Amino acid sequence: MREVSFGQYYPSHSFVHKMDARVKILAVIAYIVAVFLVKPFYFLGFSACLAFVIIATAVAKIPFLKVLKSMKAIIFFIVLSAVLQLFFNSQGTPLWENGFITDAGLYNAIFIVLRITLIVLGASLLTLTTSPVEIADGIESLLYPLKFIKFPVHEFALIMSIALRFIPTLLDETDRIIKAQKARGADFESGNIFKRAKALIPVLIPLLISSFRRADELADAMDARCYSGSKNRTKYKKMKFSYRDLIGVIFTAGLIVGVVMLNGVLGVVV
Amino acid sequence: MPILKAENVSFSYDKKTEVLKDVSLEVKRGEYIAIIGHNGSGKSTLARLFNALIVPDFGKVYIDGLDTSIKDNQFKIRENVGVVFQNPDNQLVASIVVDDVAFGPENLGLSREEIGNRIDFALKAVGMESFRKASPERLSGGQKQRIAIAGVLALKPQILVLDESTSMLDPEGRREVLNVVKKLNKENGVTVIAITHYMEEVVDADRVIVVNDGEVAMSGTPEEIFKQKQTLKSYGLELPLASYIAEKLREKGVDIPQTILTEKQLSEALCKLKQKS
Repeated sequence: MREVSFGQYYPSHSFVHKMDARVKILAVIAYIVAVFLVKPFYFLGFSACLAFVIIATAVAKIPFLKVLKSMKAIIFFIVLSAVLQLFFNSQGTPLWENGFITDAGLYNAIFIVLRITLIVLGASLLTLTTSPVEIADGIESLLYPLKFIKFPVHEFALIMSIALRFIPTLLDETDRIIKAQKARGADFESGNIFKRAKALIPVLIPLLISSFRRADELADAMDARCYSGSKNRTKYKKMKFSYRDLIGVIFTAGLIVGVVMLNGVLGVVV
Repeated sequence: MPILKAENVSFSYDKKTEVLKDVSLEVKRGEYIAIIGHNGSGKSTLARLFNALIVPDFGKVYIDGLDTSIKDNQFKIRENVGVVFQNPDNQLVASIVVDDVAFGPENLGLSREEIGNRIDFALKAVGMESFRKASPERLSGGQKQRIAIAGVLALKPQILVLDESTSMLDPEGRREVLNVVKKLNKENGVTVIAITHYMEEVVDADRVIVVNDGEVAMSGTPEEIFKQKQTLKSYGLELPLASYIAEKLREKGVDIPQTILTEKQLSEALCKLKQKS
């Protein structure tokens, strides 16, 4: 049960781990933009993105297998989109006589697979090198300007970090309730999908009730510790922009420039 | 001036059944008070009244002279009265120990430097300074509860209220927490109000208050309280184990003093008996 726990953080003291979470979040967004910038069939642009991910993974000292493993969850999605492209693309010329697979369909399929794969690889690099708490803090800091349009940034961040804090607690609780219901003769393993989904109701209801109780107690505990919203509140943690982040920014900017150049200047269809 | 004073306090959650009826009590600075009572006696409601989470329907509660029913006082009162609740899991807000302990001082709006000092102080006071970067979910119940105490101590309260804070812990965890609390009382002069139904936790208190059906039924030193076995029994309370054994021995005709409360006292008394014979 524990493994599903949010963001498979891979602790280490590497260059990338020590980077500012805000920079990493922005870099991943920039990277995803770069992947989308690659014009259809300009596959050299993809190799630039792939090189970016590989270098970043190496610098982060994360085993490549760990990064690849993050693909497991979406492999079905990738195959599905590839198949859809292959069989339902009516443009282009058929690859063989009377065949319904066209060259454009094949190109599109390869293109989509590469695009999704690269995006997932890059995004998983963020969760592998940045703890959920750091990500939450980073998002809070990045959203800070929204304060001026009255967006409750502090509350949003607090909700996020409390949610993260309670994921393992609630997973434990779910586990306990499942065991308790099994001990009372509940059957979660047999029957079709609807039957199994129905069997989960006696798990979800106690879980829901206890979550409300927990929320109530947590609110009391927060009140007791002088919580009164964001006004007059200070922050202990401070995020620092270091030389590492500058290098990261330059590296990411390099990627974007590279992709744009490969799109236009060296526009070769490989 | 008593640091905490309740004057004729009555309270009900549903405006029908009164949980507390005309309760008056005073706590002196630096005292270690134990409040005992069976389930539903209203003792936990007291804890919530003490730091203005709820306000009495009738009567007043004063913390260091400040009336809890006045809204402007409540922030100051909560800074002054730290409450540690029953379930450690439901009190921690952050997934890293330091961040959780920082939560209180952050709410006070202190400078980063001062927050740092307070975190160091609080973690040291509960003996958890080597767990700064740990995640609470990997800690034992006793350790989690010590972090919860540290989170409250970081506010530098003068009064520490423990609302059945040991009831979900194993004996080991309970001992850890009690040792920390006793140390805070002795060395840092923190006034402690321990609400509990474990009689073993009561014997070290300076004063014991017995709550029954929303009223203060008895008040006195542990010796005075535990002498009145029959009255205690009628309130649904038991004797500490050592007193109970001594009591049973006395019934069998063994010459053992009435004042025994702790295991240590019991073993000393028994050793003395053996030497005599």
